[in-house]
Amino acid sequence: MAAISREEVAHLARLARIEMTDAELDHLASEMDLILESVSRVQGVAGADIPPTSHAIAMQNVMRPDVVVPSLTPEEALSGAPAREDDRFKVPQILGEE
Amino acid sequence: MSEQIIHQTAAQMSADLASGSVTAVELANAHFDRIAAVDGDVHAFLHLDREGALAQAATVDASRKAGEKLHPLAGVPLALKDVLTQKGVPTTCGSKMLEGWRPPYDSTVVTNLKKAGVVILGKTNMDEFAMGSSTENSAYGPTHNPWDLSRIPGGSGGGSSAALAAFEAPLAIGTDTGGSIRQPAAVTGTVGVKPTYGAVSRYGLVAFSSSLDQAGPCARTVLDTAMLHEVIAGYDPKDSTSINAPVGKMVEAAKKLDIKGMKIGVVKELSGDGYQAGVLTRFNEALEALVAAGAEIVEVSTPSFEYALAAYYLIAPSETSSNLARFDSMRYGIRIGDDGSRSAEEVMNMTREVGFGKEVKRRIILGTYALSSGYYDAYYGSAQKVRTLIKRDYEAAFAKVDVLVSPTCPTTAFKIGEKSDDPLAMYLNDVATIPINLAGIGGMSLPCGLAPEDGLPVGFQIMSPALKDELMYQVGGTLEAALESKWGKPLYASAPELAVK
Repeated sequence: MAAISREEVAHLARLARIEMTDAELDHLASEMDLILESVSRVQGVAGADIPPTSHAIAMQNVMRPDVVVPSLTPEEALSGAPAREDDRFKVPQILGEE
Repeated sequence: MSEQIIHQTAAQMSADLASGSVTAVELANAHFDRIAAVDGDVHAFLHLDREGALAQAATVDASRKAGEKLHPLAGVPLALKDVLTQKGVPTTCGSKMLEGWRPPYDSTVVTNLKKAGVVILGKTNMDEFAMGSSTENSAYGPTHNPWDLSRIPGGSGGGSSAALAAFEAPLAIGTDTGGSIRQPAAVTGTVGVKPTYGAVSRYGLVAFSSSLDQAGPCARTVLDTAMLHEVIAGYDPKDSTSINAPVGKMVEAAKKLDIKGMKIGVVKELSGDGYQAGVLTRFNEALEALVAAGAEIVEVSTPSFEYALAAYYLIAPSETSSNLARFDSMRYGIRIGDDGSRSAEEVMNMTREVGFGKEVKRRIILGTYALSSGYYDAYYGSAQKVRTLIKRDYEAAFAKVDVLVSPTCPTTAFKIGEKSDDPLAMYLNDVATIPINLAGIGGMSLPCGLAPEDGLPVGFQIMSPALKDELMYQVGGTLEAALESKWGKPLYASAPELAVK
């Protein structure tokens, strides 16, 4: 049985905000099935007593001194904007009309 | 003149610049001439910054003339992987998503290079967002291996490795998340180092998998790599994972040429089945050279490495799905479908469909799945525990030996297109390079010969404990010298001549 269905892949694509064609979804669903089968080897390898590692070189609460340093000007920060209005990023509508 | 200059090592170029037998502007122009002559076939570069490079070179020449004290690498040219920001210079990460983007700031690596007077020629091709082992995943077309143009130059940093092997630059910067510096170095007969995680700042390095990503130096010799390492490494308050410790003496270590009494562990799990015969032949010859130089070789077993590849292909995609959420078409990068009728979310969906390539989408979806509620423990959680086991395997091994060694890759360079439709076969290229990223330690690849069956370069990998990156330079420098005296010339000097246009 497939580990992951086409519908599940479509749901993941929606969560990841990527529009996908039917052909892409079909292809990805079969690939995901193979990949998941392969990576599921990690399951059950480590016992419950083994702590997880998120970073190999552990560090905690890294802070810099709270001093003001130069940063980007508004012009620099907006230099890559796909659209702008005055000193702001211009974006498509976020809320519905009604 | 230019034909000869470009074949020199960076160390020799540095000496020639210091003695005044060549200027930085001449050196930069010689490399731009070479790029014009061969890069149509190789396609190592995505963008050339002729104006910026020549201005930097002229500044270095003027400072030298004025008698100022300069860094040894001042005036030496370099190729920069297109995943690091350079102010005002296009930075695409090999993706359509960032086509035309000119970052408003320098990465810390670039700041350090500029400070040392290194001349950045341009940006090199790569697998999109550094995901791949062949540079075929670039949105701008593949790079070709200078040893055989029908083959891959490795990935993700195939542009940087190809630029070195084609004598388009003596120095290059790569980044290594699961082998993207070392595997390209191996298949192009060049040298590449992934430093200890945190040794080189990630500020301005476009993130793929933040807990694994590390920038590092690439060159044609161990000494050149060491010189570049010292330029780019160092503490940076702008990167919260940056290590606040002095940079080790890599150049001194590379020049030691002495490994008498050192214990070198051969990783049992990174050999045997699946490794090409010629790769193992050259690897074993290199071990003999190390023994002849006075090292003791022992076999070491690291049982958890068997699960490293699977753990990596859960951890890296998980971090990818989070990191690449920033490409939302709102603040920079391309924007598709914004015709006034669509919502921000629809525009985002359309932009990410067009902007990302197949491999990037595959990893985002895989990571989204591995992190989703109900699957988190089974996938991401299990992978993180395997990461602990791999770290412990290394700790146990380094209690017995000074460094570990293995072939860098199971095979020599494969043909372009050979594995592009089989993601699992492609992922297997990284089987020997991935474990060190998971453990955060240092790794080097240097050439150890040409495989007898196909005449293509074979890479030798040296792994050193965290914060002891000097050890790989010490062993690498010694091995390189031993092999070169056996061959009568460096390996890169045997590369076939490229057609010059």
